[in-house]
Amino acid sequence: MRTIKVDRITQVVAELCIRANLFLRKDVLNALRQAYFREKSKMARCILGAIIKNAKIARQKRLPLCQDTGIAVVFLELGQDVRITGGNLNTAINKGIELGYRKGYLRDSMVAHPLLRGKPVFSGGVIHIDLVKGSRIKITVLAKGFGCENKTALKMFKPTAGWKEVKHFIIETVKNAGPDACPPYIVGVGLGGTAEYAMFLAKKALLRKITTTTGYAFNAKLESDCLKDLNQLNLGPMGLGGKTTALAVNIETHPTHITGLPVAVNISCHALRSATTVL
Amino acid sequence: MRRITSPLTKAQIKNLKAGEEVLLSGAIYTARDQAHRRLCEAVVKGKKPPIELEGQIIYYCGPTQTPPGQIIGSCGPTTSARMDEFTPILLKAGIAGMIGKGRRSKEVVAAIKKYGAVYFLTYAGCAALLTQYVKEKTCVVYQDLGPEAIYKITVENFPLIVAIDAKGRDIYA
Ligand code: SF4
Repeated sequence: MRTIKVDRITQVVAELCIRANLFLRKDVLNALRQAYFREKSKMARCILGAIIKNAKIARQKRLPLCQDTGIAVVFLELGQDVRITGGNLNTAINKGIELGYRKGYLRDSMVAHPLLRGKPVFSGGVIHIDLVKGSRIKITVLAKGFGCENKTALKMFKPTAGWKEVKHFIIETVKNAGPDACPPYIVGVGLGGTAEYAMFLAKKALLRKITTTTGYAFNAKLESDCLKDLNQLNLGPMGLGGKTTALAVNIETHPTHITGLPVAVNISCHALRSATTVL
Repeated sequence: MRRITSPLTKAQIKNLKAGEEVLLSGAIYTARDQAHRRLCEAVVKGKKPPIELEGQIIYYCGPTQTPPGQIIGSCGPTTSARMDEFTPILLKAGIAGMIGKGRRSKEVVAAIKKYGAVYFLTYAGCAALLTQYVKEKTCVVYQDLGPEAIYKITVENFPLIVAIDAKGRDIYA
């Protein structure tokens, strides 16, 4: 059995927090470049140009892409043949988040209690651990901005509802976000499972490269259909008009109950920040 | 492109039109949710607010930590709508402009018109780029709020888009 020390995990999580925040994902950057060349509106091009330039300055000057360095959401795929030694895994991940946010001069955007609030701190995040086969650990950190997180929506549809209704709900959620959550967006959608699992899928969908599909031809069709409609809304970059309201729609599905159809929408701003390492 | 300086005068504001791009130079104050709450509490209780408000511009921004050798950490705009409930109080107390991202409420548009003020957008999600226009940063008040403290920052040719002008014209309407 392979052993991995918790200290190693702390280090990796810290590095990933910094990497995610400083270097824009290549798939997102490419999509932004393509959108820039597609846009006709002067204002939309000007804003997309600024977003692309921002990524360059962030990389060169080692500055966070956005002042909201997000809430760290850590996804861990833990091979079941790995033994973690030297301490508790959750504690190690949390230590990694705090270390990364401090070391990377990121923002102390977390409060210890949602109602008591208190002084903002660097520590705290959300951890999802999944057991998989094998002897590796895949660690992904998503630095999720909260301007767009605030636009999240969940709806439990009737099982007789179809794609038309579901798509309408996704589009309404984006319209409701409007210019406030930094469009162009990447729209994560979770279909099926339970309420909380649909939500999880919607978030996980944001991790998938925006140029790839899940492999289900049916889902891929839904994604491109929805994206096409979104880009006809004329919301555009910063909500000031244009063809680029969303860069992608990523849909994840899961078996669900005969009685329902959970639909979760988790929007990401153009600053979609995640980084992955496999140990 | 028009250049403006802060503090803003009524004459400067009167010329601005929704949709227009401008470059701002001068000192502005950062403030977001908790700082707004405190400023408004002071104003409503009739206490002297801890910063000068007359003619000033409030920037809805909570920067990241300042790395060594830099003037400021990444400093882009946050969602303005969260400040809507506080804005009419601060406009009444004398502020002349706000910088943020996104839409404002009907009440805010009406208050901007009433007090002859202006609401600007700046490039949203471009916080690293915007550091390039900041020449100086000093912490003024509410240091215990961390990134939500009020910082006085001096900017040069900071890029803005007029979103709601003194006539109440709204770029999002
Ligand atoms: S929504 Fe995204 S890009 Fe906009 S301020 Fe928040 S984290 Fe930054």
